[in-house]
Amino acid sequence: MTSVVLPSSRPREETPFRRFVSQFCESRLALVGLAVFVLIALAAIFASLIAPQNPYDLAQLDIMDARLPPGSSSSVGYTYLLGTDDQGRDMFSGMLYGLRISLGVGVGSAIFAAAVGTTLGLIAAWFGGKIDAAIMRLVDLQLSFPSILVALMILAVLGKGVMNVVLALIVVEWAYYARTVRATAMVERRREYIEAAECLALPWRRILFRHLLPNCLPPLIVIATQQVARAIALEATLSFLGLGVPITEPSLGLLIANGYQYMLSGKYWISFYPGIALLVTIVSINLVGDQLRDVLNPRLSR
Amino acid sequence: MLAWLIRRLIQAIFVIVAMTVIVFIGVHVIGNPVDVLISPEADQAERARIIATLGLDQPLWRQYLLFVIDALHGNLGRSFVFNEPALTLIAQRMPATMELAVTAVLLSIIIGVPLGLFAGLKPNNLISRTIMAGSILGFSLPTFWVGLMLIMVFAVQLGWLPSTGRGATAPLFGVQWSFLTWDGLRHMLMPALNLALFNISLVLRLTRAGVREILPMDFIKFARAKGLSPARVIFVHVLKNILIPVVTVVGLELGSTVAFAVVTESVFAWPGMGKLIIDSINVLDRPVIVAYLMMIVLLFVTINLIVDILYTILDPRVRLEHKA
Repeated sequence: MTSVVLPSSRPREETPFRRFVSQFCESRLALVGLAVFVLIALAAIFASLIAPQNPYDLAQLDIMDARLPPGSSSSVGYTYLLGTDDQGRDMFSGMLYGLRISLGVGVGSAIFAAAVGTTLGLIAAWFGGKIDAAIMRLVDLQLSFPSILVALMILAVLGKGVMNVVLALIVVEWAYYARTVRATAMVERRREYIEAAECLALPWRRILFRHLLPNCLPPLIVIATQQVARAIALEATLSFLGLGVPITEPSLGLLIANGYQYMLSGKYWISFYPGIALLVTIVSINLVGDQLRDVLNPRLSR
Repeated sequence: MLAWLIRRLIQAIFVIVAMTVIVFIGVHVIGNPVDVLISPEADQAERARIIATLGLDQPLWRQYLLFVIDALHGNLGRSFVFNEPALTLIAQRMPATMELAVTAVLLSIIIGVPLGLFAGLKPNNLISRTIMAGSILGFSLPTFWVGLMLIMVFAVQLGWLPSTGRGATAPLFGVQWSFLTWDGLRHMLMPALNLALFNISLVLRLTRAGVREILPMDFIKFARAKGLSPARVIFVHVLKNILIPVVTVVGLELGSTVAFAVVTESVFAWPGMGKLIIDSINVLDRPVIVAYLMMIVLLFVTINLIVDILYTILDPRVRLEHKA
């Protein structure tokens, strides 16, 4: 009985996940990026608790406080850290709420696009032949058009609105997932474990999603990180152009657009600070994404 | 080669047909064509007359056929706002966009190649590291925000450059161009630089990677051993081998530069196609939207076709693949 060792008291054994974590932590820059992103995400989630003012509650706004520079104090006493916009909204509060919409749209569309793209990519790799050719031809066709153009076409037909933007982003992004997943799945499906699963006469849906998909995850995670950053940037661009989210739900891009007309008179802060927030968000995600790519890339594995 | 070309042409035509179906469905089935094609100011009798002339009382397949026949005749409707044929409007704005896009592409080579060359030759230099870090920013920065900041610094704070518009133009081949006047060039500098930002980063990284790859090669060692001056080795032997991939990629990027001009034109109020489409979407000037979408699809299918053909001519490896 002396040889019985409880699982919890085992010495730290090298699992793939632990190796992944320790390799990820090797880059200090990526850790900083991750920390900043987590902070931004928390700030967006708890926006209503952190923000000194609810920018949607008209009772809290004072039009007399419109376009105040950063650091001015309001008529009721507190300081507008980053100034106010043309409606007398506190920029800091507006940005926290805007971040919520930007992140929500970016992450939400990435999840749906990943689901659609992964499913089609797996199906293409599994069945091959005509199905594969049809799906990949569609992917090639779509990727031959720049993302902003595809999004523009969809929004020109559907009109603005949060759901329409999410839909446009899904249509823009799915092809990247499909292409990546198909390429990985083509390699994986020749492995012995897939052959074993086929010999067990498992239904193809089970093989695809329980056996093939988990082994295609590493490149999928890398693509997903990059696509979240791209989606946030594209949403901001579309909203800036006036095609994205409606004025009642301003994202960071729309906040920047609101400040555009006041910039020529030197009131820079309405556009400047939301842009900084957008930049920090995108760069932090990209830093994490770069390190993930280096760690998960089989060609660079040590 | 001929069989491949014909297959590729059929494919291109198929894409255009598919796009007409999608645009048709978008306008006639998802949206209400009466709202889409008739100005909201029209009264009841006027509406009935237009519905009859436009054939909106016809079955759907006939409507689609009419739409295609009209499109083939270059008749894509009249703008509600300008009361001019939509296609004419777009054709008028096209030179401004092309001028901006081509300048941006040239700028990306003029700025990107020397910086990339420097970063590749002296990879551990502090300036090189700064250049590389800057190129990451070039990929991450939202273009429209950089444009705003450029206006803020150079137009509002320093007052060196005009903030928006196209400035004075001069005619050439019956078209008005900004690059022929000093005032036009001053107006063009900031938008072109803004549009070029992404491509500068791209060219810079490509050039640097190319230099790192070519420097250890035998023919460079041989050129040095032969006693050629370092300048000649770099500017003739290294540069010649880098420029092929760089020019290919930049040529490929011309299409997306035209597409992304939508953003830059909106920021700098540059009167090109991109600004026209955004304005049209915002005031629901649907004939212009439809015409723009058809034009841009045609443009992209043509660009993709030309690039594919050039590839097969320039790169023997692609040709072999097709024969296999």
